Amino acid sequence: MHRQDFLHPGEAAAVGADPSATAATRSAVAAGFGSPSHDTTVRRIDLNDALIQHPQATFVMRAEGTGMRDAGIDGGDVLVVDRAVAPGHGHIVIAVLDGELVCRRLHRPAPGAEVVLQAANPEVADHRVPEGDALDVWGVVTYVIKSLAHAPGR
Amino acid sequence: MLALVDANNMYVSCERVFAPRLRGRPVVVLSSNDGACIARSNEAKDLGVKMAQPWFEVRHLQRQGLLAVSANFELYGDMSQRMMAVEARYAPRQKVYSIDESFLDFEGVSGDLLAIGRDMRAAIWREVGLPSCVGFGPTKTLAKLANHVAKMAERKPGSYPAHLAQVCSFGAMSPEDLAALLDATPVGDVWGIGRRISGQLIASGIHTAGDLRRSDTATLRKQFNVTVEKTVLELRGTACLTVDDVVAPRQQILVSRSFGTPIHQLDGLIEAASEFAARAAEKLREQGSAAGSLSVFFATSPYRVNDRQHSASLTMPLVRPTADSRVLITAATEAVRQAWRPGVNYAKAGVILSDLQNAGAHQGELDLFSACEPAPVRDQPKLMAAMDALNRRFGRDAVRIGSQTLASSGQATRSWAVKQERRTPRCTTRWDEMPRVRC
Repeated sequence: MHRQDFLHPGEAAAVGADPSATAATRSAVAAGFGSPSHDTTVRRIDLNDALIQHPQATFVMRAEGTGMRDAGIDGGDVLVVDRAVAPGHGHIVIAVLDGELVCRRLHRPAPGAEVVLQAANPEVADHRVPEGDALDVWGVVTYVIKSLAHAPGR
Repeated sequence: MLALVDANNMYVSCERVFAPRLRGRPVVVLSSNDGACIARSNEAKDLGVKMAQPWFEVRHLQRQGLLAVSANFELYGDMSQRMMAVEARYAPRQKVYSIDESFLDFEGVSGDLLAIGRDMRAAIWREVGLPSCVGFGPTKTLAKLANHVAKMAERKPGSYPAHLAQVCSFGAMSPEDLAALLDATPVGDVWGIGRRISGQLIASGIHTAGDLRRSDTATLRKQFNVTVEKTVLELRGTACLTVDDVVAPRQQILVSRSFGTPIHQLDGLIEAASEFAARAAEKLREQGSAAGSLSVFFATSPYRVNDRQHSASLTMPLVRPTADSRVLITAATEAVRQAWRPGVNYAKAGVILSDLQNAGAHQGELDLFSACEPAPVRDQPKLMAAMDALNRRFGRDAVRIGSQTLASSGQATRSWAVKQERRTPRCTTRWDEMPRVRC
C-alpha cells in the first residue's frame, strides 16, 4: 500500500493545483508519516502578502475622527501606511501639520500647482499649503483595515 | 570598498519619526529608571548635555525647552531592523555591528559609490524616517573614519570640508587630500583607540590619525597591543581587522536596576533577581554562550540615611556551564535566600553571569553529572529556544518562570519594575500602541 492513499484532502487539492509540487509532495509523504503540517509545498494565504509591499517601509496607524468619512475611513480603522510609495495627486496620505500626524487626500493636479490637503467630509475644512511652504508627507495610505463585526477592544 | 552606515542620534531620531513635535527641538532619551541621558539630539548637545549625564543635572534645562523621553528599546530595535533591511539592498554583504551601525561590503559592485551612498542614505530617510551618514573606505577602520568625517562635517560646519558631509568616500579622494584629512583628525577619534590608549599615544607624540598612520608598527605592538598595530595597518589600507576583533562577544553579562520603590520582602527580592537572571539568560543564549558562574548583588540606598544599610554580593558556581533559565534562576533565588536580611529596604539589585563559554563546547563530552541531576534541571536548549521565540512573538513575559512573578502574582505592576514615566508608545510592535492619526 502506498502512503499516497492517506493524502489529506487539502493536500490533494494542492497537488492537483500545482503540478510542480507533485513530486516533492509525494516524496515528502512517502518518506514520513504524511503529516500535512510537515508539508512545505503548501502555504496558507498570508494577509501580509496582500497588505504589505515594502515591509521595511510599512507602518500601521489608528484613525481617529470623521474627516475622511467619505473616503471610507472611520475612527478606529487601521491604516496601512507605506513610506516607499512616492506621494502623488489623489493619494490619501499622512501629512505632518503643526507637529501632528493628519490623514488627508493629496490634491496637486499638476507639478507646481497649489497643494491642498483635502478632507473627505464637507464639514471639515481643507488645508491649503501656502506657496513656498514645504509639504511634509509622512507616508501614503495604501490599505484600510476595517472591522465590521464588533471586534473586542473596539 | 567597505561602507559604514549609521543613524544620527538613533534613539532620538526614532522618537522623532512618530512624534514630529520633537523635531528641531532639544531632546534627550533617558536610560532605564530615567536616570541618565543615553541619547541626545544635536540641539540638546548644543545646550551642553553630555553623554550619560544624570538627568537631575540637566533637568533645569527644561526651562530652555529641553524635552526628555524614556528609552523605548522595542521601538528602536524594530526601526533598526528596518534600516538594516534597506541597507542590505545596496551591497552583496552586510555585517550588522550595533543597533544603528552596519558595515557593507561593496566588493564587485561597479558604479559611482558616492552616488550609491547618497541614494542609500535618501532611501533610509524616505522609507524608515531616520537620518544617517555613510563612510566609504578600503578597510573597516577607514570606513569608520570616513563615516566620522561625514557626520562631523554635517554637524559642525568648518570641522571638515562641507562637501564631505553626510556621505564621504576615502576612495574618491586624492592621497594628498586623504593625508590632510587624517592630519586634522585627533587620534582618539580612530576606531578602537580608546581614551586610555589615546592618552598614551598623545604622550608619546602621536596626536592625530595621520601621526598614527606614520608610526612604526613594531614599536606600537611592543608598547600597546596587537589591535593598535592592526589599526595602523588598516589606516594604511591593509584590511586586517574583523568586526569581531573590535567587538568580542561579551565576557560578562550584567543585568541590574534600581527599584522604583525599595523592596523589603524576600518574595519581592527573589522576583526581581529571577527576572534579572531571566533577562541575562536571554542575552546569554543570544550570543550562543553558557555561563559557568552566576553572581547576585543587592544593596540599600546610601541616600536613605535613616535606613539600615546592607549590601550583599554572592557568587554561585554552577555545576556545569549552562544557558538554561531555570538553572540560572534557581541559583539566583538561592543566592538571595542566603544573603537577604529581613527589615532592610533594598534599593537596587543585579545579576552577573560570568565565566562565559561557547554553549556547544560541552556537548561531545561524557556527561558525568546527568545521572545525578533530576531531569528538569538538565539543559533543555529546545525548551529555552521555544521560550525565547514565544517571548519575541507575543511580547516580553509571555512565558515566564514561576519565581519571576512570586510577589506580584503576575500583575503588570511589579513593585520593583522600572520607572519609565516618559516612555513613548511602542508604535511598531504593539497593536494597542500604534500611532493615532487625526482624520
